Amino acid sequence: MLLGPALSISALLFSIGVLGVLIRRNAIVLFMCIELMLNAVNLTFVALAQYHGVGGQLMVFFVMAVAAAEAAVGLAIILAVFRHTTSVDLKTNTLLQG
Amino acid sequence: MADTIFMALGAIAVLSALFCVFQRSALAAAIWLVVTMLALAGMYLILGAPFIAAIQVLVYTGAIMVLFIFVIMLLNLGQGASDIRGPGAKAVALVLAVATGTYLLRLAGYDPARLAFELTGTTDLSPATVFATAEAARQAAEAQGVVGAVAAPLFTTYLVPFEVTSLLLLAGIIGAIVLAKKRI
Repeated sequence: MLLGPALSISALLFSIGVLGVLIRRNAIVLFMCIELMLNAVNLTFVALAQYHGVGGQLMVFFVMAVAAAEAAVGLAIILAVFRHTTSVDLKTNTLLQG
Repeated sequence: MADTIFMALGAIAVLSALFCVFQRSALAAAIWLVVTMLALAGMYLILGAPFIAAIQVLVYTGAIMVLFIFVIMLLNLGQGASDIRGPGAKAVALVLAVATGTYLLRLAGYDPARLAFELTGTTDLSPATVFATAEAARQAAEAQGVVGAVAAPLFTTYLVPFEVTSLLLLAGIIGAIVLAKKRI
Protein backbone atom coordinates (compact mmCIF):
# COMPACT_ATOMS: atom_id res chain seq x y z
CA MET A 1 0.00 0.00 0.00
CA LEU A 2 1.98 2.96 -1.37
CA LEU A 3 5.20 1.86 0.34
CA GLY A 4 7.46 2.58 -2.65
CA PRO A 5 5.97 6.01 -3.49
CA ALA A 6 6.05 7.09 0.16
CA LEU A 7 9.69 6.05 0.56
CA SER A 8 10.74 7.79 -2.66
CA ILE A 9 8.95 11.04 -1.73
CA SER A 10 10.63 10.84 1.66
CA ALA A 11 14.04 10.35 -0.05
CA LEU A 12 13.42 13.40 -2.25
CA LEU A 13 12.36 15.56 0.70
CA PHE A 14 15.43 14.48 2.70
CA SER A 15 17.84 15.34 -0.11
CA ILE A 16 16.13 18.71 -0.63
CA GLY A 17 16.69 19.32 3.08
CA VAL A 18 20.38 18.40 2.70
CA LEU A 19 20.62 20.79 -0.26
CA GLY A 20 19.04 23.58 1.77
CA VAL A 21 21.38 23.12 4.73
CA LEU A 22 24.41 23.27 2.43
CA ILE A 23 23.24 26.09 0.18
CA ARG A 24 21.80 28.69 2.58
CA ARG A 25 23.62 30.97 5.01
CA ASN A 26 20.62 32.27 6.94
CA ALA A 27 20.61 30.40 10.27
CA ILE A 28 16.79 30.37 10.50
CA VAL A 29 16.33 28.96 6.98
CA LEU A 30 19.00 26.37 7.82
CA PHE A 31 16.92 25.39 10.82
CA MET A 32 13.81 25.06 8.67
CA CYS A 33 15.70 22.72 6.32
CA ILE A 34 16.57 20.53 9.32
CA GLU A 35 12.85 20.42 10.15
CA LEU A 36 12.25 19.37 6.54
CA MET A 37 14.65 16.44 6.97
CA LEU A 38 12.90 15.42 10.21
CA ASN A 39 9.59 15.46 8.33
CA ALA A 40 11.02 13.26 5.59
CA VAL A 41 12.07 10.69 8.19
CA ASN A 42 8.62 10.91 9.79
CA LEU A 43 7.05 10.00 6.45
CA THR A 44 9.24 6.89 6.32
CA PHE A 45 8.15 5.92 9.82
CA VAL A 46 4.46 6.30 8.99
CA ALA A 47 4.81 4.39 5.70
CA LEU A 48 6.52 1.46 7.44
CA ALA A 49 4.08 1.60 10.37
CA GLN A 50 1.51 0.15 7.98
CA TYR A 51 3.39 -3.15 8.27
CA HIS A 52 5.08 -2.95 11.65
CA GLY A 53 2.06 -1.89 13.69
CA VAL A 54 1.51 1.26 15.68
CA GLY A 55 5.12 1.52 16.95
CA GLY A 56 6.19 3.54 13.92
CA GLN A 57 3.48 6.11 14.54
CA LEU A 58 4.60 6.45 18.16
CA MET A 59 8.17 7.06 16.98
CA VAL A 60 6.82 9.96 14.87
CA PHE A 61 5.16 11.27 18.04
CA PHE A 62 8.52 11.27 19.85
CA VAL A 63 10.32 12.84 16.87
CA MET A 64 7.78 15.68 16.94
CA ALA A 65 8.33 16.24 20.67
CA VAL A 66 12.10 16.37 20.16
CA ALA A 67 11.66 18.70 17.17
CA ALA A 68 9.52 21.06 19.27
CA ALA A 69 12.12 21.19 22.05
CA GLU A 70 14.91 21.63 19.51
CA ALA A 71 13.10 24.47 17.74
CA ALA A 72 12.46 26.32 21.00
CA VAL A 73 16.07 26.08 22.19
CA GLY A 74 17.58 26.63 18.74
CA LEU A 75 15.55 29.75 18.05
CA ALA A 76 16.46 31.10 21.49
CA ILE A 77 20.15 30.55 20.60
CA ILE A 78 19.63 32.36 17.27
CA LEU A 79 17.97 35.26 19.15
CA ALA A 80 20.94 35.44 21.55
CA VAL A 81 23.41 35.40 18.64
CA PHE A 82 21.42 38.10 16.88
CA ARG A 83 21.63 40.33 19.96
CA HIS A 84 25.43 39.99 19.96
CA THR A 85 26.16 40.38 16.25
CA THR A 86 22.88 41.87 14.84
CA SER A 87 22.98 39.25 12.10
CA VAL A 88 21.83 35.69 11.56
CA ASP A 89 24.02 35.32 8.47
CA LEU A 90 26.53 32.54 9.02
CA LYS A 91 29.12 34.44 6.95
CA THR A 92 29.51 37.02 9.70
CA ASN A 93 29.27 34.58 12.62
CA THR A 94 32.70 32.98 12.31
CA LEU A 95 33.93 33.21 15.90
CA LEU A 96 34.63 29.48 16.07
CA GLN A 97 36.87 29.61 13.00
CA GLY A 98 39.58 31.22 15.14
CA MET B 1 -8.24 7.35 -6.29
CA ALA B 2 -6.32 7.43 -3.01
CA ASP B 3 -3.12 6.67 -4.93
CA THR B 4 -3.67 9.65 -7.23
CA ILE B 5 -4.31 11.99 -4.31
CA PHE B 6 -1.24 10.61 -2.56
CA MET B 7 1.01 11.24 -5.57
CA ALA B 8 -0.47 14.73 -6.02
CA LEU B 9 0.19 15.56 -2.35
CA GLY B 10 3.71 14.15 -2.73
CA ALA B 11 4.33 16.40 -5.74
CA ILE B 12 3.02 19.41 -3.79
CA ALA B 13 5.28 18.52 -0.85
CA VAL B 14 8.41 18.15 -2.99
CA LEU B 15 7.74 21.29 -5.05
CA SER B 16 7.03 23.51 -2.05
CA ALA B 17 10.13 22.09 -0.31
CA LEU B 18 12.16 23.19 -3.35
CA PHE B 19 10.53 26.64 -3.20
CA CYS B 20 11.35 26.76 0.52
CA VAL B 21 15.03 26.09 -0.17
CA PHE B 22 15.40 28.54 -3.07
CA GLN B 23 13.19 31.37 -1.77
CA ARG B 24 15.32 34.39 -0.87
CA SER B 25 12.97 35.77 1.81
CA ALA B 26 13.03 33.80 5.07
CA LEU B 27 9.32 34.47 5.62
CA ALA B 28 8.36 33.10 2.19
CA ALA B 29 10.53 30.04 2.87
CA ALA B 30 8.66 29.47 6.14
CA ILE B 31 5.27 29.71 4.39
CA TRP B 32 6.36 27.21 1.74
CA LEU B 33 7.53 24.86 4.49
CA VAL B 34 4.04 25.12 6.04
CA VAL B 35 2.59 24.00 2.67
CA THR B 36 4.97 21.01 2.67
CA MET B 37 3.90 20.03 6.17
CA LEU B 38 0.19 20.31 5.36
CA ALA B 39 0.70 18.08 2.30
CA LEU B 40 2.53 15.59 4.52
CA ALA B 41 -0.43 15.62 6.93
CA GLY B 42 -2.69 14.63 4.02
CA MET B 43 -0.30 11.83 3.10
CA TYR B 44 -0.38 10.53 6.69
CA LEU B 45 -4.18 10.38 6.43
CA ILE B 46 -3.94 8.22 3.30
CA LEU B 47 -1.27 6.02 4.92
CA GLY B 48 -3.73 5.19 7.71
CA ALA B 49 -2.37 7.41 10.49
CA PRO B 50 -5.10 10.02 11.17
CA PHE B 51 -3.86 10.73 14.72
CA ILE B 52 -0.36 11.55 13.43
CA ALA B 53 -1.94 13.72 10.71
CA ALA B 54 -3.82 15.74 13.35
CA ILE B 55 -0.68 16.06 15.49
CA GLN B 56 1.29 17.12 12.40
CA VAL B 57 -1.12 20.00 11.77
CA LEU B 58 -1.32 20.98 15.45
CA VAL B 59 2.34 20.70 16.46
CA TYR B 60 4.31 21.28 13.25
CA THR B 61 2.26 23.84 11.35
CA GLY B 62 0.49 25.18 14.41
CA ALA B 63 3.28 25.49 16.96
CA ILE B 64 6.76 25.03 15.50
CA MET B 65 6.25 27.02 12.30
CA VAL B 66 4.44 29.81 14.18
CA LEU B 67 7.51 29.99 16.44
CA PHE B 68 9.74 30.27 13.36
CA ILE B 69 7.60 32.99 11.78
CA PHE B 70 7.45 34.81 15.13
CA VAL B 71 11.27 34.87 15.35
CA ILE B 72 11.59 35.96 11.69
CA MET B 73 9.24 38.89 12.39
CA LEU B 74 11.00 39.67 15.69
CA LEU B 75 14.40 39.88 13.98
CA ASN B 76 12.84 41.85 11.08
CA LEU B 77 14.42 39.63 8.42
CA GLY B 78 12.89 41.23 5.37
CA GLN B 79 14.12 41.20 1.79
CA GLY B 80 17.83 41.63 2.35
CA ALA B 81 20.74 40.55 0.22
CA SER B 82 20.52 36.94 -0.95
CA ASP B 83 21.89 34.48 1.59
CA ILE B 84 22.44 31.69 -0.94
CA ARG B 85 26.10 30.67 -1.06
CA GLY B 86 28.43 31.28 -4.03
CA PRO B 87 28.74 29.09 -7.14
CA GLY B 88 31.54 26.88 -5.74
CA ALA B 89 29.64 25.96 -2.57
CA LYS B 90 26.47 25.64 -4.64
CA ALA B 91 28.09 23.01 -6.90
CA VAL B 92 29.39 21.02 -3.91
CA ALA B 93 25.96 21.20 -2.25
CA LEU B 94 24.23 20.04 -5.43
CA VAL B 95 26.62 17.08 -5.84
CA LEU B 96 26.15 16.01 -2.20
CA ALA B 97 22.35 16.38 -2.35
CA VAL B 98 22.08 14.44 -5.61
CA ALA B 99 24.32 11.70 -4.19
CA THR B 100 22.13 11.48 -1.06
CA GLY B 101 19.00 11.47 -3.21
CA THR B 102 20.15 8.73 -5.60
CA TYR B 103 21.32 6.58 -2.71
CA LEU B 104 18.03 6.97 -0.82
CA LEU B 105 15.88 6.57 -3.94
CA ARG B 106 16.86 2.90 -4.06
CA LEU B 107 14.19 2.61 -1.33
CA ALA B 108 11.58 3.24 -4.05
CA GLY B 109 11.88 -0.40 -5.12
CA TYR B 110 10.48 -1.70 -1.84
CA ASP B 111 7.10 -3.38 -1.66
CA PRO B 112 5.61 -5.55 1.11
CA ALA B 113 6.84 -8.80 -0.48
CA ARG B 114 10.47 -7.60 -0.64
CA LEU B 115 10.21 -6.23 2.91
CA ALA B 116 8.98 -9.63 4.13
CA PHE B 117 11.72 -11.42 2.20
CA GLU B 118 14.51 -9.27 3.67
CA LEU B 119 13.07 -9.70 7.16
CA THR B 120 12.73 -13.47 7.09
CA GLY B 121 15.20 -14.52 4.37
CA THR B 122 12.63 -16.71 2.62
CA THR B 123 9.97 -16.17 -0.01
CA ASP B 124 7.73 -18.93 1.36
CA LEU B 125 5.85 -16.70 3.78
CA SER B 126 3.31 -14.23 2.46
CA PRO B 127 3.55 -10.59 3.68
CA ALA B 128 0.27 -11.01 5.55
CA THR B 129 1.72 -13.70 7.83
CA VAL B 130 5.04 -11.88 8.35
CA PHE B 131 3.35 -8.60 9.25
CA ALA B 132 0.66 -10.05 11.50
CA THR B 133 1.21 -7.25 14.06
CA ALA B 134 0.03 -4.70 11.49
CA GLU B 135 -3.24 -6.54 11.03
CA ALA B 136 -3.63 -6.75 14.81
CA ALA B 137 -3.00 -3.00 15.04
CA ARG B 138 -5.64 -2.35 12.37
CA GLN B 139 -8.16 -4.41 14.29
CA ALA B 140 -7.26 -2.59 17.52
CA ALA B 141 -7.85 0.73 15.76
CA GLU B 142 -11.30 -0.45 14.75
CA ALA B 143 -12.10 -1.70 18.25
CA GLN B 144 -10.62 1.12 20.36
CA GLY B 145 -10.81 4.04 17.98
CA VAL B 146 -7.86 5.80 16.34
CA VAL B 147 -6.64 7.61 19.45
CA GLY B 148 -7.14 4.60 21.69
CA ALA B 149 -5.04 2.37 19.43
CA VAL B 150 -2.16 4.85 19.61
CA ALA B 151 -2.58 5.66 23.30
CA ALA B 152 -2.64 2.07 24.60
CA PRO B 153 0.97 1.20 23.59
CA LEU B 154 2.11 4.74 24.41
CA PHE B 155 1.22 4.25 28.08
CA THR B 156 2.33 0.61 28.33
CA THR B 157 5.20 -0.46 26.03
CA TYR B 158 6.54 3.06 25.42
CA LEU B 159 5.92 4.49 28.90
CA VAL B 160 9.61 5.18 29.70
CA PRO B 161 10.34 7.09 26.45
CA PHE B 162 7.11 9.02 27.03
CA GLU B 163 8.23 10.13 30.51
CA VAL B 164 11.73 10.96 29.22
CA THR B 165 10.06 13.15 26.57
CA SER B 166 8.36 15.15 29.32
CA LEU B 167 11.78 15.71 30.96
CA LEU B 168 13.20 16.78 27.59
CA LEU B 169 10.39 19.30 27.09
CA LEU B 170 10.97 20.68 30.60
CA ALA B 171 14.68 21.06 29.82
CA GLY B 172 13.71 22.75 26.54
CA ILE B 173 11.46 25.26 28.33
CA ILE B 174 14.16 26.12 30.88
CA GLY B 175 16.82 26.37 28.17
CA ALA B 176 14.70 28.66 26.00
CA ILE B 177 13.93 30.97 28.94
CA VAL B 178 17.57 31.18 30.06
CA LEU B 179 18.85 31.79 26.52
CA ALA B 180 16.20 34.38 25.70
CA LYS B 181 16.88 36.45 28.82
CA LYS B 182 18.44 39.87 28.47
CA ARG B 183 22.02 38.95 29.42
CA ILE B 184 23.74 35.60 29.06
